[in-house]
Amino acid sequence: MDIVYTLWLRSIKRYLRSKSRIVGSLGMPVFFLLALGFGLNAVVRIPGGTGENYLQFIVPGIVAMSVLFTSVFSGIQIIWDKQFGFLKETLVAPVSRLEIMLGQTLGGATTAVIQGAIILVISLLIGVRFTSLAGFVIAFLFMTLIGICFAAFGIAIASKMEDMHGFQLIMNFVVFPIFGLSGALFPIESLPEWLVPLTLIDPLTYGVEGIRYGLLGTSAIHPLVCLAGIGATTVVMIVVGALLFRKASI
Amino acid sequence: MTAIHVEGLTRRFGDFTAVDAISFDIRKGEIFGLLGPNGAGKTTTISMLSTLLEPTSGRALVSGIDIRADQDGVRRSIGVVFQDQSLDEELTAWENMDFHARLYRIPKNVRDERIGELLRLVELDDRTDSLVKTFSGGMRRRLEIARGLLHEPEVLFLDEPTLGLDPQTRNHLWDYIRNLNRTKGITIILTTHYMDEADRLCDRVAIIDHGKIIALDTPDALKGRVGDDVVTVTTPDAARIATEVTAPWIAGTDHHDGEVTIRLQSAEKHITELIRTFGEREYEVTSVSIRKPTLEDVFLHFTGKTIREEEATGPNRLRMKMMGRRH
Repeated sequence: MDIVYTLWLRSIKRYLRSKSRIVGSLGMPVFFLLALGFGLNAVVRIPGGTGENYLQFIVPGIVAMSVLFTSVFSGIQIIWDKQFGFLKETLVAPVSRLEIMLGQTLGGATTAVIQGAIILVISLLIGVRFTSLAGFVIAFLFMTLIGICFAAFGIAIASKMEDMHGFQLIMNFVVFPIFGLSGALFPIESLPEWLVPLTLIDPLTYGVEGIRYGLLGTSAIHPLVCLAGIGATTVVMIVVGALLFRKASI
Repeated sequence: MTAIHVEGLTRRFGDFTAVDAISFDIRKGEIFGLLGPNGAGKTTTISMLSTLLEPTSGRALVSGIDIRADQDGVRRSIGVVFQDQSLDEELTAWENMDFHARLYRIPKNVRDERIGELLRLVELDDRTDSLVKTFSGGMRRRLEIARGLLHEPEVLFLDEPTLGLDPQTRNHLWDYIRNLNRTKGITIILTTHYMDEADRLCDRVAIIDHGKIIALDTPDALKGRVGDDVVTVTTPDAARIATEVTAPWIAGTDHHDGEVTIRLQSAEKHITELIRTFGEREYEVTSVSIRKPTLEDVFLHFTGKTIREEEATGPNRLRMKMMGRRH
């Protein structure tokens, strides 16, 4: 546990020190929140008639987006460690690769949840209201799961990548589709039928719906199904990430 | 007492043999040098001995521990300073040390004290809270050495410790390394492609080329094999001089790129005779110099090439490509 904590601590220190990155990675989610939220608020009516407006509706989606991007990026960051040699320092120490991987994952997840929480605070500031305090706890649970899941996913990818050249490819063809298909920006009930299965195999869908249940009290998928969906994917990602990281060469 | 025992250690990358069945022993408390051009297999050897790379075949014991059977055991007993920098630039000097100390599970009560002590040793105690990205190359190197010593290893690996440093810093580092070796009794194995570094620092040197050890001895003994003195002749007739000039007191000649190296005993006594011979046979000679042999001569003698040429040849370039960015 000491070792996991050591690696976690390093991630947090680095995160808190890179002010420009904190602000920079808030840019896109905040833009989405403001542009889509306010821009489409008047035009879009959420079906089902539970009363929430579009701005309220997408806040959970934008929070999930923020967590998703930050966690994938923090996982992929071990490529930098590889390139700048720091990974060797950890690999030559008498610690297991599993501990290193877990520390890195939890560090990435923590920073991702912080980024998501900042979005939550911003949405409170611009006047979005949520149901209850208990709901926040549920939302944080799902944010944490998304963070762990995709930080591990980032590590799995980074273990297979030589350098940052493939980063753009991963972002455009893997991470954006995961975000786009997840129902972060639209209610999944109103999708054309052929698209629904794609949405349902996207693990982020369960994360987004889980956060939505927490914040708004309603969700298209039952919260326990959400928990099972994102929880199971998280376990799988940790296992896959750990296996690939163990075999990764430096 | 043996600190490192290596037996037929081999590493292949596909068809390519980076390290070819090398064997050697390093005594406890020794400074041992692996000297050779870039791509000769030095870093690959170090990577295997420090458990970062699996050997294809062969066996090695570090502090009596088998590198394959007990990786963690080996890792606990060694410190490694890699050729490429391996510090976290976004952390301070102290935080880098602290990270390392925690990784090696150094108990809290000794951790801080030892970090302070080592930072004083490498004269970085006035910069403990500065971010590493503000450090010069020499400071980073010193910090890495301090970090490598934090868990009090029995064996310290230094892979090209002074690469890219200015002469003054290099001298400074050599003093540190020698001091560490003497005061703490740490066995040091270092790789270098600087002849003077191997010569001045190492108790024994293994010359490695194309993955094979071609000579291993003390620097003095190695130079002794070349001869007591070396006469270098710059001439367009290099090939002819090298084959035609013979005498009982000439131990051997090599010619290379417009230069003949004549190895002999007591050059002062024979130089006039040598020059007379050049005159009689009407060789065109641009310059003649007498000097003591260096490890460069030893390398030339054993490989027929200078170390710089070896670095420029095809197979070595290929080798470096295959092993990634390790130059």
